[in-house]
Amino acid sequence: MSMVYNDAKEEKIIGAIKFGLLSPDMIRKLSVTAIVIPETYDEEGMPIRGGLMDRRLGTVEPGVRCETCGNSPGSCPGHFGHIELARPVVHPEFAKNIHTLLRATCRSCGRLLLPEDEIEKARAKIKQYEKHWTTLKHRYVESIAKKAMKSTSCPHCGAPQFKIKFEKPYTFYEERDGVSSKLRPNEIRERLERITDSDLEVLGIDPKEARPEWMVLTVLPVVPITVRPSITLETGMRSEDDLTHKLVDILRINQRLKESIEVGAPPLIIDDLWELLQYHVATYFDNELPGIPPARHRSGRPLRTLAQRLKGKEGRFRGSLAGKRVDFSARTVISPDPNISINEVGVPVEIAKVLVIPEKVTEWNVEELRKLVRNGPFVHPGANYVIRPDGGRVDLRYVKDRDAIAEALMPGYIVERHLKDGDIVLFNRQPSLHRMSIMAHKVKVLPYKTFRLNLLVCTPYNADFDGDEMNLHVPQTEEARAEARALMLVQEQILSPRYGGPIIGAIHDYITGAYLLTRKDTLLDKNIASRLAYLAGYKGELPEPAVLKPNKYWTGKQLVSIFLPKDLDYIGKAAVAGSGGICNEEECENDGYVLVWNGELLIGVLDKNSIVAQRPETLLHEIVKEYGSDKAREIMDGMFKMFVEYLDLHGFTIGLDTMDIPRDALKDIREVLEEGEREVYELIEKMKSGQLTALPGKTLEESLEAKIMETLSRARDKAGEIASRYLGMSNHAVIMARTGARANMLNITQMAAVLGQQAVRGERVKRGYTNRTLPHFKPGDLGPRARGFVSSNFKNGLTPTEFFFHAMAGREGLVDTAVRTAQSGYMYRRLANALQDFYVAYDGSVRSSEVFVIQPRYGEDGIDPSKSDHGKAVNIDKVVKKILAKRGMR
Amino acid sequence: MVRKVNILKHELVPEARLLTKEEVKEIFRRMEIRISEIPWIFASDPMAKALGAKPGDVIMIIRKSKTSGKSVAFRFVMPG
Repeated sequence: MSMVYNDAKEEKIIGAIKFGLLSPDMIRKLSVTAIVIPETYDEEGMPIRGGLMDRRLGTVEPGVRCETCGNSPGSCPGHFGHIELARPVVHPEFAKNIHTLLRATCRSCGRLLLPEDEIEKARAKIKQYEKHWTTLKHRYVESIAKKAMKSTSCPHCGAPQFKIKFEKPYTFYEERDGVSSKLRPNEIRERLERITDSDLEVLGIDPKEARPEWMVLTVLPVVPITVRPSITLETGMRSEDDLTHKLVDILRINQRLKESIEVGAPPLIIDDLWELLQYHVATYFDNELPGIPPARHRSGRPLRTLAQRLKGKEGRFRGSLAGKRVDFSARTVISPDPNISINEVGVPVEIAKVLVIPEKVTEWNVEELRKLVRNGPFVHPGANYVIRPDGGRVDLRYVKDRDAIAEALMPGYIVERHLKDGDIVLFNRQPSLHRMSIMAHKVKVLPYKTFRLNLLVCTPYNADFDGDEMNLHVPQTEEARAEARALMLVQEQILSPRYGGPIIGAIHDYITGAYLLTRKDTLLDKNIASRLAYLAGYKGELPEPAVLKPNKYWTGKQLVSIFLPKDLDYIGKAAVAGSGGICNEEECENDGYVLVWNGELLIGVLDKNSIVAQRPETLLHEIVKEYGSDKAREIMDGMFKMFVEYLDLHGFTIGLDTMDIPRDALKDIREVLEEGEREVYELIEKMKSGQLTALPGKTLEESLEAKIMETLSRARDKAGEIASRYLGMSNHAVIMARTGARANMLNITQMAAVLGQQAVRGERVKRGYTNRTLPHFKPGDLGPRARGFVSSNFKNGLTPTEFFFHAMAGREGLVDTAVRTAQSGYMYRRLANALQDFYVAYDGSVRSSEVFVIQPRYGEDGIDPSKSDHGKAVNIDKVVKKILAKRGMR
Repeated sequence: MVRKVNILKHELVPEARLLTKEEVKEIFRRMEIRISEIPWIFASDPMAKALGAKPGDVIMIIRKSKTSGKSVAFRFVMPG
């Protein structure tokens, strides 16, 4: 409860909830009237007294007061009525319990079918379990009932017991010497009445709250009309709620049954009517009971009765209670803005004028708020409502003289002002799979109609800009805003608890830019250097230039060093450091040995391995961990912006010619592929002549397939290798691949040299026509081309058959992703639901809703992965490496 | 013939032992929890049977842990 706005309201705490059955007496006591007439309105359209729309049951029509409580519609909660049933009927929801009770107790004396001493023993045991082991008590009670059901004669009165058959959903038969006779509800009720209170306790039933005979209804409660309002159509026709229809049916049959009994009709007719009454009452509770046809509306549509209102996705629980709808929220398309801070979110003016924050007027903000009130609801930094100390709300849209209202402002007033720059809001993108899916941002009101966010926060939200929409929520209390700012602000979420590394970091162009800027050959004149430093928010002097004559030049590494903390030491290997695992450290040919000394980037280029998001133990991780979130944010807003800015200045593009390789190289590639194809046909020949030996665990055919696949992939690799020779670091696509910005070398060779084998279900393409994949091939052709090997590349284009095979593999990929996301999404949902109530207690133990200690210590070691060194308390390797390097330096 | 296997000696089975009443008292006093607050194990569980545990006993399990080397867990033996 909000203590800020409802100070006057008393706080009430629910101590316990108890469920029980309504006794017939209680139903009559709750009722304001008995309902006897199966009609709703008379000729004049007035509700009939004693009918289903009786005025005493509450009111929903405007202008009519409730005859019971005198309230107008909206304030009248509605009142129950009741129907006296001519004959008792079984409550279908309790049929199963009735069945158990009938079998566990004696048919003549009503005692539990166990010897006295066993009952006493069970009673003692239940008492022992009662307090702490409720689950165990339920299990035990079940076992008692099961044991009692096995008796064939009563240990108390000696009466023989017969088998009781239950036919879903509400019929019971007693099988006596092979003859089964129906048990009528009144007989059932009589038997249940005989069960003693003390025996019920042993069966886990509290006789004060739920006498079993109450499971057979003699009186039916009639729900108030507020629960089943009738609707008036434009034509003036009245249409009744499904529940009202159902109650009319019940009343009609009830009346006919009563009359038939009174005139002494033959038992056969009475039984039929009784059965019909039972059906109507049962479907009134649940219209989807198994074994009986659902009651239908005149139009043929099944009626939506009580159980249907609660059940399912759109039912009362999942749809109305758990499915919350909120005020103070907005949703629109998102688009990128590299110029705002990672902590900010761009909010369209239109939205800022609708979302409001209640601000209390104080001596210090009166003038400011007066200005906002004068601006009114239609000009941006304005206000929509003024709340007077007496609680009266002034809607500024309809006020003629806003100046007067502004002048009247004084401490004690509350102004609902527009969202403005610096306000804290929560920003969310579904699916909210981890805590970084909802983060707090500072508002920046901007023109146009999209939410703007910094590109670096795409990773935690898993957002892109192909039409994604996001939600925004405005916390309304000071506590909520303070909490959001301290705990949920983007910069506080840089380190992910999932793998103990930064989840916010460089992506795509940021990495390319960082590489280009920090490359050895990047020299910047004063103009460019100062421009970059300025854009990144640097206010000090530029350092001493690396080159003095003939002109002053700064290196990119110098610019990066401006932003690094002055006592930062870091050693790492860049992604471009060269494959093959050989590292020449300082002598690395690609400048891949990253060395930061006293906050100075001495050698090495920054790329994926130093600054990327979702990777622990990088330069970025080191900075976040050692220098805190403020410094990390400063670097992301400053240094990172410089990277994209430099990329912009440098110019970076790819085109068709990016994939060009020399004619001779292409010829070599052709030859390699032809050689591969020859080898495949040789393998096929070998197999045909029986010279091929099967691989362990494989049939001859499978071995051939495996060998062909291997041969072809070797050929493809060789071809790719040839192509790579002509694709060096001057190639922009290669820069992206090698620095880890996007794609990999395989993708490039697929464009420039050979696409390679297309696979469906992990095998070469084999399905299609009889013994062949497409009519273009001879039946039985096992050659590369007939089985989905694409020897063309994307640049030169695919042949029609190749294109088709590629489409097959591509389609499989799409279907796989669709299926996989659905499956893993559901799996994750189940896991999250199972874990959602677990929490780490103040003593460091993990507990479930205060019942069980799941782990005596969180994660067995009590370590927060986001605050530790990639899951370890200390990373000794790193410390040693640093010390050794320090030695080498001196 | 079925070979009788001592599951306690299997390498995949974590070390476990029954706690004496005094140990239970001491540990639960230290951890400030009640017996009703720890997870259960049925007396019919192979592990409980191998240890000869009776309902009401407490089993201490010492597992090897990737994160902390050793981790301790407790189970309350339930009838069943």
